[in-house]
Amino acid sequence: MKRFLIPLGIFIVLVGFLAVGLRLDPREVPSPLIGKPAPDFSLALLSDPGKQLSPADLRGKVWLFNVWASWCASCRQEHEVLLELSRQGIVPIYGMDYKDQPAAAQSVLTRFGNPYVETVVDLDGRAGINYGVYGVPETYLIDKNGIIRYKHTGPVSPGVLSSKILPLVKELQK
Amino acid sequence: MIPELGHMALILALLLAFIQGILPLVGAARNNQVLVSVAKPAARAQFIFVAIAFGCLAYSFLTNDFSVLNVTRNSHSRLPEIYRFTATWGSHEGSMLLWTLILGLWTLAVTVFSRHLPDDMVARVVSVMGLVSFGFLLFMLATSNPFLRMPMAMDGSDLNPLLQDPGMVVHPPILYMGYVGFSVAFAFAIAALLSGKLDASWARWSRPWTTAAWSFLTVGIMMGSWWAYYELGWGGWWFWDPVENASLMPWLVGTALIHSLAVTEKRGSFKAWTVFLAIGAFSLSLLGTFLVRSGVLSSVHAFATDPTRGLFILIFLLVVIGGSLLLFAFRASQVGLGGRFALVSRESFLMVNNILLLTATGAVLLGTLYPLFLDALGLGKISVGPPYFNTVFVPLVAPLIFLSGIGPLARWKQVNVPELAARLKWGFGASVLVALLLPFTLGEWKPTVSLGYLLSLWIVVTVAIGVRARMRTGAGWSANFYGMNLAHLGVAVTVIGVTMVSAYQTERNVRMEVGDTVTVKDYSFRFEGVKDVNGPNYSGSRGTLEVSRNGKPVATLHPEKRIYAASGMPFTESAIDYGLTRDLYTALGESLDGGAWSVRVFHKPFVVWIWMGAVLMALGGLLAITDRRYRASRKKERAGA
Repeated sequence: MKRFLIPLGIFIVLVGFLAVGLRLDPREVPSPLIGKPAPDFSLALLSDPGKQLSPADLRGKVWLFNVWASWCASCRQEHEVLLELSRQGIVPIYGMDYKDQPAAAQSVLTRFGNPYVETVVDLDGRAGINYGVYGVPETYLIDKNGIIRYKHTGPVSPGVLSSKILPLVKELQK
Repeated sequence: MIPELGHMALILALLLAFIQGILPLVGAARNNQVLVSVAKPAARAQFIFVAIAFGCLAYSFLTNDFSVLNVTRNSHSRLPEIYRFTATWGSHEGSMLLWTLILGLWTLAVTVFSRHLPDDMVARVVSVMGLVSFGFLLFMLATSNPFLRMPMAMDGSDLNPLLQDPGMVVHPPILYMGYVGFSVAFAFAIAALLSGKLDASWARWSRPWTTAAWSFLTVGIMMGSWWAYYELGWGGWWFWDPVENASLMPWLVGTALIHSLAVTEKRGSFKAWTVFLAIGAFSLSLLGTFLVRSGVLSSVHAFATDPTRGLFILIFLLVVIGGSLLLFAFRASQVGLGGRFALVSRESFLMVNNILLLTATGAVLLGTLYPLFLDALGLGKISVGPPYFNTVFVPLVAPLIFLSGIGPLARWKQVNVPELAARLKWGFGASVLVALLLPFTLGEWKPTVSLGYLLSLWIVVTVAIGVRARMRTGAGWSANFYGMNLAHLGVAVTVIGVTMVSAYQTERNVRMEVGDTVTVKDYSFRFEGVKDVNGPNYSGSRGTLEVSRNGKPVATLHPEKRIYAASGMPFTESAIDYGLTRDLYTALGESLDGGAWSVRVFHKPFVVWIWMGAVLMALGGLLAITDRRYRASRKKERAGA
């Protein structure tokens, strides 16, 4: 009888691993950019294509950099969370509209509200490549010296915001 | 109204599945004929209600009912009608409904085609399938209701463009027919364990069901591979993606099961082992569902994931697989040994076949779950790619294929080794010689090509020896025998395709302006430029490539780059000139400066053989099912009863 219990034993070990695995996120890959300066860009603003913005302009403050697009369904999920955060005014959020049509992006902001101080337009995705964007949305936390401190892939949930991002923001703002 | 009807039908199906899963099982245990007779009508009624629910969901999609969340998320008013229909199973919720519908279909088939079986056996089988169905219906109603309403949306966010393809019309249903079909063999195995009657007859009953499911799974996997080839635009035919592995693992165990069922039926050996494989094949189907649905592994088949769903399926797995393995542990130890066999015999060859197939399954399972194991132990994040799988898989499969030549020629019980060697020596010599020399004619000698040809010629030669020997003895038609040989020939054909395309494919990635020519092998591709096109729900650019060989025109190919309106997702549509000995594969890359485009061009020798071989395997399986033995035994038993 004992040897017939072996498959059951193996299976139970497997279930144990799967149960742990459920609480992990396979897409949460540590970014090699953490601790490095935020890659430079100079891109036109969504609100006014005549003006440009680059990370150097934001030296001296802690800011969130959120990569989004009008075609990205899961960006809508985090939209409410970002709006709430911008209302609280704890940390400024800058957006990057990634590989998108500016008109479509603008209409999303008009319809659902605009959590961003400014949004830059990355039409061909070249700036995104430098940030290692491989899935939209992605969010970066950048400190006063322009160093990337944290990266979140996928929609920002209230849990991630309160447990990871905001404590780090408070520490960096000191 | 219609979505509520569908929701109600699901609830009724859940109740019926509960009745179907409990009463006949109790009846069979207590020998109560009234309870036993509940099985068939309950199963049929359950199927009807699941079918109604499925019909309601399809109706909501076809009529663009954007008050249903599932429709809003996965469809669009400008989506062509046929894809609005297939969008029914394009989402997580819908594909679970399809899963349950197909489980119902198999159960229905069991109630129709099992009149020759003892009533208590059928009752147990139908009951076990009812319990599985109950689990899936509960899962749907609790965590993934396909009929969830929300405030009316203006329009939907469109079906994933990858799924807007004729292949998606048939691929998921056929794949699920295979996956879910193993539930029949599983139910037979559990029924046999419960009744304690683990004799050769349950093996004979479950053989045609197993072979049918296996044939469907073979075609399903083949279609998935072909779809990935022409749709993803990378020209690959197998990526070792977790979702592909999830379908490959039950296929490998199912293949082992087919072979071990033959031993159990003919010789009465391997009884406990065969039951274990039947549980294993379906357990891996369920595990595959868990891996795909729970999001524990990342994959190109990214569906919306939700931890509560994952937890539900995990508990379900624990109950179904854990329960089955526990039952197996208690009952299998009471099973006696079957017919004895010598060290070299058909039994021993089939045993090695089973060991190799299970080892290969284990290797795939390990590679698929290894990133998860490391992550769970906090040892970092890694991904396991094709190098691991190719390194591990080929050395296991090569001897397996070699043995599949000898096995069918070997006698049961004991092989006369000198006699078998004498029958095979000429065939073996010829295979080796041709395999060594043939690659020279292909331009470049490579050891892998010789190995591939050796394996495939070996199968062809041994099949010929077997068929000739059978014809000489004057034995009549046997669907089982010829089905097996056809399936083995299919393996040979697939091996040629894999060998040729891995060794000799040529790829060029070039920047092309209008009028530029790129040459691959002896084919010239002239770029005639790109025009704008507008589809029903997309706009895009359509390139034109004139293909010629030695100045003679061969084909005109139109690869496309599309932007789908609702999602804004860019998408590559490849253009392929298919051929028996080569495919010419083209895809548009990015638009570059000055009207130029980056263009990908492949020459892929013998690539269609990969899928032709799989079709032959499936046809072999279907041929074997028609064997008179399965029907003759029916008449005999009826006469006896």
